[in-house]
Amino acid sequence: MPNSKKTTKTTKAAAKETKAQQTDTALKELESKSKRKNVLMQGNEAVSYGALDAGCNFFAGYPITPSTEIAEILAAELPKRGGVFIQMEDEIASICAITGASLAGAKALTATSGPGFSLMQEGIGFAKITETPCVVVNVQRVGPSTGMPTSPAQGDIMQARWGSHGDAPAIVLYPDSVKECYELTIRAINLSEKYRTCVILLLDEVLGHMRESVRLPDMENVRVINRIKPTVPPHWYKHYDENQKYLSPLASYGEGYRFHVTGLTHDALGFPTNKATEGAEMMERLRKKISYNIRDLVQIESHQLEDAKIALFAAGISARSAKAAVAIARSEGVKVGLLRPLTIWPFPDEAVRKMLQHVETVIVPELNQGQLIHEIKRLTKDKSDSNVIGLQRVNGKMITPNDILRKIKEVM
Amino acid sequence: MKNYEIRLSGSGGQGLILAGIILARAAVIDNLRVTQTQSYGPESRGGSSRADVIISDQEIYFPEAQAFNCLLALTQEACDKYLFDLREQGTLIVDTTYVKNLAMAAEKTYELPFTEIAIEKLGSAITTNIIALGFMVRLIKVVSEESLAQSLRETVKPAFIDLNIKAMNLGFELADNYGK
Repeated sequence: MPNSKKTTKTTKAAAKETKAQQTDTALKELESKSKRKNVLMQGNEAVSYGALDAGCNFFAGYPITPSTEIAEILAAELPKRGGVFIQMEDEIASICAITGASLAGAKALTATSGPGFSLMQEGIGFAKITETPCVVVNVQRVGPSTGMPTSPAQGDIMQARWGSHGDAPAIVLYPDSVKECYELTIRAINLSEKYRTCVILLLDEVLGHMRESVRLPDMENVRVINRIKPTVPPHWYKHYDENQKYLSPLASYGEGYRFHVTGLTHDALGFPTNKATEGAEMMERLRKKISYNIRDLVQIESHQLEDAKIALFAAGISARSAKAAVAIARSEGVKVGLLRPLTIWPFPDEAVRKMLQHVETVIVPELNQGQLIHEIKRLTKDKSDSNVIGLQRVNGKMITPNDILRKIKEVM
Repeated sequence: MKNYEIRLSGSGGQGLILAGIILARAAVIDNLRVTQTQSYGPESRGGSSRADVIISDQEIYFPEAQAFNCLLALTQEACDKYLFDLREQGTLIVDTTYVKNLAMAAEKTYELPFTEIAIEKLGSAITTNIIALGFMVRLIKVVSEESLAQSLRETVKPAFIDLNIKAMNLGFELADNYGK
């Protein structure tokens, strides 16, 4: 017996040593919670660290390029921190597992790409109708179907909004830098907890794989939101109790509260209903908790728009091309600016309307056959959309600043 | 310092993305801004592969190298594909083990059989990337050599640090003796 004890100890020590050796610089940096330094970090790494810092303690997923690093890092890190990592048999099971974990009180997240995102749509609808907090990260690649796994595309913008059947609103965030991958992952988890819904974080392949010099904020400056817990005794608890601004407390299974969860239209207690009034009430509730909180949900970046005659509207990695184009155009004396949504759903209607009042032309560069452009056209006042011009590319390559500059010169 | 754009190109398995990460991390240690992107096929070996590193003291918007200040080409295919995107005053470094034809001679062209040298001096082609990286950094001086060594130590697995430091130093030496 003493012998075997010794062996265990040695093995443990050896394992510890190997782990220590494998610790990446970026990770070491994360573990220091304050006075964080500049490090080289990948977009997918930043998502993983954002998840950990926001308190994510459950990941279920099916690794897929170009999101694999997120699963890889969380597989190593979650168990160390008392969390759970499960590699599921597919993406349908993954979304179901994170929804279930969340109902039991976990902060749950999964990461995927186009093919997996398609499979998850039904589960996303279930999380929305049952008002269960969870986050789906979709690192987009070229589609349809398995497409080009290692090349960028922005083809899932509308799928992120309308992918599930039924008519539920969506919260979708879209970063354009490695630092923002970290920040918006935290925000996605926070919003899912606050609004009790499935929040989607869209990334581009380039951003997921790209490394940049970043300095993460110190932990004391990171704001973490946790779901509101019920204060009433269990027998008074309503799972969908209408509170202020349609945000209601959420009990977890195992805490003594009884509630029913179903994908069917339900009443305040969670039981299925076919009554028109109750059905309408539920749908209104799903709609209003988003539409009454637009100011809290919508984030935009206005980049040199003040005196611009031509505006670019771009999200994610295409906004990086657009920022470079703005800098070159400005150096040549052309007044160009950029409006960039960090929240693409709900769509930033107000900011776009304001922009449309001041500029003559809007150019919408995107890595698809035209998705965001229709939202801009929807908001043009006189319904003449000749001043809203698309710049689209679907060959797996990024839109270059020169592509945008050529378009700018065409419309000048 | 405006954007300094570097493309490391060749085929999958030659360690170009790792070299790109080491170079980028060295720039971070030097307190510079950096982006590192890559392009590769779904296969883990073979197929074309490239890593881009942009180093600057200003915010870098577009993260892909477009007009290279420096191009490293380890295969003929990569050389043919990217040569014409080299800036006029740019530095071209080619591995003559695989690059047999230069369609255009850049003013600053450096030709060495890096793969052959790696096999001959360090016993394996596996160090080709770091020899070439050391060679490049001594020439273009875009990051400090101390930071490059530190970055290398932080990035590669402990068991391979010594071998890679040797490779880096060999790269420095080759640069000093080039053309002599």
